[in-house]
Amino acid sequence: MKDLYILAYAQNPIVADAKAANEVELIMPVVHEVFKQTGFTQNDIGFTCSGSCDYLQGAAFAFVEGLSAIQTNPPIKESHVEMDAAWALYESILKIQMGDAETALVYGFGKSSPGDLSFVTTLQTDPYYLSPLWPDKTSLAALQAQLLINQKVTSKQDMYIALLECITNAKNNPNALVTNAPNEDEYLAAKNLSSPLSTFDCAPISDGASAMIIGTEEVVKKLGVPKIKISSIHHQIESSNLGARDLSTSESLLGLSEKMNLGNVSFDFAELHTQFTYELPFIKKILNLGDIKINLSGGPLAGNVMMAAGLDSIGKSFELLKNHDFRNGLAHASSGPCLQQNMLVHLEKIDD
Amino acid sequence: MIEAAVIGVGQTKYEAKRRDVSLGGLVRKAIDKAMLAADVDWDAIDAVILGKAPDMFEGVMMPELSLVDAIGANGKPLLRVHTAGSVGGSTAVVAASHVCSGNFDTVLTVTYEKQSESNATWALSPKYPYTPHINAGAGGYFAPFIREYIRRYDAPESIGWKVAVKDRLNALKNPLAHLQIPGINENMVAETPMLWEPLRYLESCPSSDGACAMVISNKTLAESRNPAWIKGMSLRSEGSLTAGRDQVNPPAGQNCAKDIYDQARITNPFKEIDCAEIYVPFSWYEPMWLENLHFCDLGEGWKLTERGATEIEGDIPFNMSGGVLSSNPIGASGMIRFGEACLQVTNQAGDHQVDGANVAMGHAYGGAAQFFAMWIVSNKR
Repeated sequence: MKDLYILAYAQNPIVADAKAANEVELIMPVVHEVFKQTGFTQNDIGFTCSGSCDYLQGAAFAFVEGLSAIQTNPPIKESHVEMDAAWALYESILKIQMGDAETALVYGFGKSSPGDLSFVTTLQTDPYYLSPLWPDKTSLAALQAQLLINQKVTSKQDMYIALLECITNAKNNPNALVTNAPNEDEYLAAKNLSSPLSTFDCAPISDGASAMIIGTEEVVKKLGVPKIKISSIHHQIESSNLGARDLSTSESLLGLSEKMNLGNVSFDFAELHTQFTYELPFIKKILNLGDIKINLSGGPLAGNVMMAAGLDSIGKSFELLKNHDFRNGLAHASSGPCLQQNMLVHLEKIDD
Repeated sequence: MIEAAVIGVGQTKYEAKRRDVSLGGLVRKAIDKAMLAADVDWDAIDAVILGKAPDMFEGVMMPELSLVDAIGANGKPLLRVHTAGSVGGSTAVVAASHVCSGNFDTVLTVTYEKQSESNATWALSPKYPYTPHINAGAGGYFAPFIREYIRRYDAPESIGWKVAVKDRLNALKNPLAHLQIPGINENMVAETPMLWEPLRYLESCPSSDGACAMVISNKTLAESRNPAWIKGMSLRSEGSLTAGRDQVNPPAGQNCAKDIYDQARITNPFKEIDCAEIYVPFSWYEPMWLENLHFCDLGEGWKLTERGATEIEGDIPFNMSGGVLSSNPIGASGMIRFGEACLQVTNQAGDHQVDGANVAMGHAYGGAAQFFAMWIVSNKR
C-alpha cells in the first residue's frame, strides 16, 4: 500500500454571507493558494475530486459550475461526491493507491446563506415517514443532546466549557467567523431553539471553500516539504432510522476506533467536526480522548462551511502538525443527523 | 494494479412509474438480483457505493443517508457519487477503484432514478441566481451540437430515425426495457412531433424509474464465479465553458476512450471490441460517439449507422439492450451500460446476446457533453 501525504491546504476566510459570490469565485482562491504552496499547476495533478451539495445552492449540478474554477484543457481525470469533501479526499486516496495517479487536488465548497439550513437538511431524512413531519437539523440534534444530558454524559456547563474553549482557540485562526463567546450567564439564559440547544450551541451559518493537495512519498520528497502522512483513514455509516440507533453512543465511531487501533496512538490533538456543543464532550468520551487539545482551530462552532468543514478538520490538523511541535493528530468528519456518518483520519509527522 | 471483476449484475424492470416500490424498495430489488447473481451474502460486502443524478429529481437531499438500511450499508463505509448524467458509469469506476486500491475485497454498488417523483426537465433547467435562465432541458441543450454534426458531415435526416428504430427493436428482445414498441419503423419516428430540431419525440430517451446494481470483487472470489474482468476504466472531464472546446467531438471523450484502449491493449477498437453499450439518449449521439470513441474516422459515423454496422448482427453492435433510448432512469443509465457490457461477455444477455462476445465496452456521458466514464470488460483475465 502506498504511503500518502498532505502537501498543501487552503481555506477561504469563512463568512456568514458570501452574497453574490458564485461557486467559481469561492473555489478559485483556494485552488490557486494550494498551487502556490506546491508550485504545481493543474498539469501536475493526477486526479481531481470535489465535494458539494446541490440543495445548498438550490439548483441541480452546482458542482458543474464549480469545475470552471480549474483548468480543464486538456481534460482532467475528475469526479465529484455529493458529500463533504473529506470523502472526496477518500476517493482520491483510492485512485492514488490503485496506481491511477501520484497526486490529487481535492476541494469542497458550500453556501448555506441563501436558504434556511436547518430546514433544508430536513430533506436528508426519510422521505416517507420522517421528512413530512419537518424535523429540522437542530431539533434532531437536540434529541441526542437531551439524552446525553439525562445520562450525565454531558451538561449545559460542559457544553459551555466546550464552546468557550473552541471560541477562545478561534481567536488564533484568521479564517474563523465567530471569535466572541458569550459569558456563562448569557449562555445559560439564552432562549432555546430546540431544548436544550440555543443558538450558542449551534455552528454558525457559513459560506466558503477549501482545497487540499495530496501526493505519494516520491512527490513529497521531491517537493522537500514537511512529511505529514495520512497514516490511517476510515469511515462508517449507521442506520437512518433514529429509533433503531442508540443515540447515547456511536457505533460508527467505536467501530472506527477499534479498526484504527486508536487506543495505541498518543494523539497530541484532535480536530472534531462538531456542529453542536454537546458533540465535543460526547465524542471525547466515545473516543477516550482524555484531556488532549480539541479544536485548536476553533472547529465548526467558529465557522462551519457545509461540505468543506470535514475536509477542514483534516486540513487544520495538517497545519497544526506542520507548524507546531506535534507528532500525531486526529481529524474527524461527519455527516447526517445525530452524527450518522463518521470518518476518522490519523495524521502523523514523519522525521526525515 | 489489483485486478477486479464484476461478478453480479442486477437490474429492475424499467417503467415510467414504479408505483409498486419506494425508493428503498427500488434499489433493493436491483441489489437482491445482483447479489443472487454474484452468489454472495451481506457479510461478503465490505463497502457500498451509491450513485445517482441530481437529488432534485426525487426531492431527497443526499438520499444515501436515508437509504442506508435498504442498501445494506449500516456499519459499513458508504460513498455517494454524483457526476451528472455520467454518474452511473462514474459510480462503477469509483466502486471498482475500492477493489483495485487493495483496501476492499468485495463491494456493492447501486445507482437509481425514480423520475416519476419529479419532472426531470424542470430539475435539469436550474435557475441559478445572477445568471440568465436557459430552461432548455437536456434535449434543448444537445440539439445545437447535433445540428452542427449534421452540417459538418452533410448527414441525411433519416440517420436519427434509423438509430431510434434499431434501439427500440433491440428493446423488444430485452424484457427489462421500458419502451416496448412492436412494429416501430422509420416512418413512425418521422411522424412524431419535433421537440428540438432535429430531434423528434421518438428520437429522444424516455423518463424511467429503475435501478441497477453490481457486485465487484478481486480475483480471490471472482475466479470461482462467472466474472467480467475489468481490463480498462477511466474518467475524464472538461469545463462546460472551456474556450475553444469542440462540443460535437469533445476532447474529454476522445482522451477517456484512448486511456481505456491503452489499458486494455486495444489498438483497433472497431475490430477488437465485440460490442458496446454507449450512452445515446438522443438518436444522433450514436454516429457522433462512433467517431468520438475512435470506432471510425470523422464524418464516417453516420455511414456506419446507415449500413447497419451497429445492429446486433453488425460489425460493431451498439446498445443491444435497447440503450438509453429505451430505458432511462438517469442516475442508473450509465451503470446499465457498464452492467450490460458485463452481461454480454459472460453470455448472460439472453435474447439480446451478441454471439461470441468476449470484449465489450461500457460508456456514459453527462453535463454539457463534458463528463465521461468508460470501461472495457472481458471474459478473459
